[in-house]
Amino acid sequence: MAWLNTIVQGVLLGGLYALFATGLSLVFGVMRVVNLAHGVLTLLAAYLALVIVDLTDVNPFLALLVVIPVMFGLGYVAQRLLINLTLAGGVLPPLLVTFGIAVIIENTLLEVFSADSQGLNAGRIETVSITITDRLAIGWFPLGLFVAAVVVLGGLQLFVDRTRFGRALRATSDDREAAQLMAINDRHIYAVAMGIALAVAGIAGVFTGVRTTFGPLDGAILLIFAFEAVIIGGLGSLWGTLIGGIILGVAQSIGAQLSPGWFQLAGHLVFLAVLVIRPTGLFPREGVAA
Amino acid sequence: MREDVVIERSTRMSRLTGLAAIVGVLVLAAGPMLWNDGVLRMMLEFFYLLALAQMWNLLAGYAGLVSIGQQAYIGIGAYALFAFTNVLGGNVFLGVLVAGVAAFVLAFPTAALVFRLRGGYFAIGTWVVAEVYRLVLSSQAKLGGGSGATVTVIGIDPTFRLFVTYWISLAIGVGSIVLVFYVLRSRLGLGLRAVRDREGAAATSGVNVRRTKVQVYVIASTVCGLAGGVIYLALLRLQPAATFSVNWTVFMIFAVVIGGLGTITGPIVGTLVYFALQQYLADLGSVYLIILGAVAIVVMLKAPNGLWGLVIDRWSVPFFPIQLRVRRTARRPPPEGSGLVGEG
Repeated sequence: MAWLNTIVQGVLLGGLYALFATGLSLVFGVMRVVNLAHGVLTLLAAYLALVIVDLTDVNPFLALLVVIPVMFGLGYVAQRLLINLTLAGGVLPPLLVTFGIAVIIENTLLEVFSADSQGLNAGRIETVSITITDRLAIGWFPLGLFVAAVVVLGGLQLFVDRTRFGRALRATSDDREAAQLMAINDRHIYAVAMGIALAVAGIAGVFTGVRTTFGPLDGAILLIFAFEAVIIGGLGSLWGTLIGGIILGVAQSIGAQLSPGWFQLAGHLVFLAVLVIRPTGLFPREGVAA
Repeated sequence: MREDVVIERSTRMSRLTGLAAIVGVLVLAAGPMLWNDGVLRMMLEFFYLLALAQMWNLLAGYAGLVSIGQQAYIGIGAYALFAFTNVLGGNVFLGVLVAGVAAFVLAFPTAALVFRLRGGYFAIGTWVVAEVYRLVLSSQAKLGGGSGATVTVIGIDPTFRLFVTYWISLAIGVGSIVLVFYVLRSRLGLGLRAVRDREGAAATSGVNVRRTKVQVYVIASTVCGLAGGVIYLALLRLQPAATFSVNWTVFMIFAVVIGGLGTITGPIVGTLVYFALQQYLADLGSVYLIILGAVAIVVMLKAPNGLWGLVIDRWSVPFFPIQLRVRRTARRPPPEGSGLVGEG
């Protein structure tokens, strides 16, 4: 029963990883850019919520009302002013510029908030749980987190599949020049895609801030978790990303159960195993290569 | 009179700088007789940083491989040095060589994994592998566990140790330049630049793309391992978090991007700039890194060939004769039948 509990907690944690990964996957899918600042930006959202909570004393989840639009705006502006400028020159410029952004934000957080760990307190929801048997209990917060992840991913999938904007997004992703000829403003599309990516990262950041404590240097590991979920699940598929996140979460939970030090290592090893056995991930979209 | 052209590799300038470089290296080698301990420590840090920057440039600037996991080999080198010296009781200076060998050996399986990924995902993949090495090595109680370990140098005269460390570091720093120079002039270097500029075209011209990239990756990683060995021969105290810190690679990226990607002189300039700024701005701590990050972004956007690229654009001064150059001359071509290539 302890193992069942471990697996259930791992699955629920996987929802959070899918949220980390969605923005990374979306940006890569649309503009073939790997945003190396993705983890740090997720963390930035948690700090943003922290500031809002400190100033207004509201529940962190209410802070999302501010965090989501701010992150969207940040993504839109960063894309238009900075990242769009790097897209013409091959693989290196976007990687190096986003890496530069990551270093700047990380050290700014360090400077402003010091290296101390912080946490977001969401109140009673963090501790209450549904008891199923005496050995298996599901917390309301992890469950809500998982449901929120599924809703966000489902909503995004619908948005991409069914709306006019989503069609423009897919068109730009498939063939930028052809989309431009159809009067699609690719720079605007890219900026909105980055905005959406960071908005989702904002949700993930606030949730992770409530779930655990966080420090200015945690951006790297958030990026790595997001990346592992994307690669395990397979590129270009949102539901694949969810499954990738779940596999990663379960692997980490089982690792932690075996030995406290194996939490991260177990996740990395599963990722490497997938890389060896199926480098395209478990559920790739047709025609997308890493 | 009709103008003729000659195709040449070395120029007067590059021959002169070659001569000056040899004299310069001889002077540096005499460093322990010339400078005090503080200067020597500073110089030896400069040399190993230079080697790291050269190797990252070989990867990114010539092979188009962005790795943010080169700290893996610094860590492997450091732990190899420690294991060889403390666990096996070997000579600590020989340990630097062992560090290089360890990095060389581990670079192959690592390459087999990370080369399944491309571009940005390759970058994060190398980082994950570095984390795996950190987690595995820091869980070994014999290697100090999570709190780290100290390389034992009891019985070695500190001044003697400093001198030898200085010379090893000098050899790695200068050696890295010579190595990149000869790699680029070799068949491997030609294939490498072909792959970077257009992979498909290189492949159809008979370049084995994957093997070329793996060879470069192994070379760069081995030198990073050697550098890791000499770094911890100087520092002695190794902690998993600092030894495997991504900040090593952050330095490499900034030095190469600011100095100039894809040239040999660029990383030298970048390391000098980094070093000079560090002397003045190190007290600022994280503000220093914020400034460096901003400078790197501006350079990447406004001058993608770096500071050295700006110099090259204005005055064509190739220090290192790698590419073939066309120069106009007023000289007549040799008369026919004078023993040109293809005759006899």
